[in-house]
Amino acid sequence: MAKTIVVTSGKGGVGKTTSTAAIGAGLAKRGHKTVVIDFDVGLRNLDLIMGCERRVVFDLINVIQGDAKLKQALVKDRRLDTLSVLPTSQTRDKDALTLEGVEKVLGELKEEFDYIICDSPAGIERGAHLAMYFADEAVVVTNPEVSSVRDSDRVLGLLNSKTRRAEKGDGEGVKAHLLLTRYDTDRVTRGEMMPIEDVLEILAIPLLGIIPESPTVLRASNVGMPVTMDEASNAGKAYEDAVSRLIGEQLEMRIQPEERPGFLRRFLGRRA
Amino acid sequence: MFGFFRQQPRRTNSAQAAKERLQILLAHDRSDRARSDLLPLLQRDILEVVRRHMQVDSNAVEIKLERGDDMSSLEINIEVPDAQPRQAG
Ligand SMILES: Nc1ncnc2c1ncn2[C@@H]1O[C@H](COP(=O)(O)OP(=O)(O)OP(=O)(O)O)[C@@H](O)[C@H]1O
Ligand SMILES: [Mg+2]
Repeated sequence: MAKTIVVTSGKGGVGKTTSTAAIGAGLAKRGHKTVVIDFDVGLRNLDLIMGCERRVVFDLINVIQGDAKLKQALVKDRRLDTLSVLPTSQTRDKDALTLEGVEKVLGELKEEFDYIICDSPAGIERGAHLAMYFADEAVVVTNPEVSSVRDSDRVLGLLNSKTRRAEKGDGEGVKAHLLLTRYDTDRVTRGEMMPIEDVLEILAIPLLGIIPESPTVLRASNVGMPVTMDEASNAGKAYEDAVSRLIGEQLEMRIQPEERPGFLRRFLGRRA
Repeated sequence: MFGFFRQQPRRTNSAQAAKERLQILLAHDRSDRARSDLLPLLQRDILEVVRRHMQVDSNAVEIKLERGDDMSSLEINIEVPDAQPRQAG
């Protein structure tokens, strides 16, 4: 049975698109047929982070409006044959998304894929609402700082009330996981950043993973490679652990250290 | 002169890759072609012409695009049913 998972946060810029790409590639690497969908209409970026921007022909909006078939809009990843990207429109606005349209597209995708990962836009407006509405599970991306935690709490409220699973009211709500990103151990030690326990205590949902603040994330985005495709990246390893937990494996929680610049430079030098 | 401010003028670093990818992408984003619904319209027209001569299913059309720095390629594959003699009528 296919699973639809929304990657959401309320607050902007916390790492939703990075996480969507990393989790999508991580699932695909394990052999699960996976599609990542960009719901950020008008600000399309997932294709760039996935490195397929040059091959985008049609998009989600074209499919919803009947101008293209779903199969034509899916862009197959060239590195992992189990991975596809459904880009969004760069030129339309969020009103082009309709509840019925999204439902139909997701229904068709369910026949072909094991995992459907929806990259939500920031905010709690239409785009974010439609990205979460049909979800079975949610990855709530949170940075250890006050406004991000507050927004995550707001989003958890919406997941519990404004989704199809919540509206059905049979107790089978959307299963929410906390993904703590841009975590900086040094700053937590210095008392500048909230420790994990505090965030967990406030949000009270199970922890999927802790992604360290890492320069490899920027490098991966530069070249269009999901960070889980980079074996040497600590953020990549942390996302791999999160993916394992997402598919139900029991794994001890560990915090990957931030990468030392010296190591990074050596690695880059070797690549070059 | 600007080279002085550059930390490492290495040609193969990832920031250079980012710039090259963006230059290609933005050139296309900014062009009028990207703004119009060129591809859906093109697909519709091509199908219409082909259908004048043979039966094709709209599911059987595959369009591939590859954007390059000075040239892009557009590939349109139409799966056509095996040749059947036309019914006299
Ligand atoms: N673990 C990390 N370490 C360092 N930088 C990171 C990390 N995660 C994300 N970033 C950086 O943070 C920025 C925002 O990331 P991203 O685009 O994934 O966020 P988003 O939540 O999708 O943003 P938006 O709300 O605008 O859609 C990017 O520059 C990205 O490279
Ligand atoms: Mg994003």
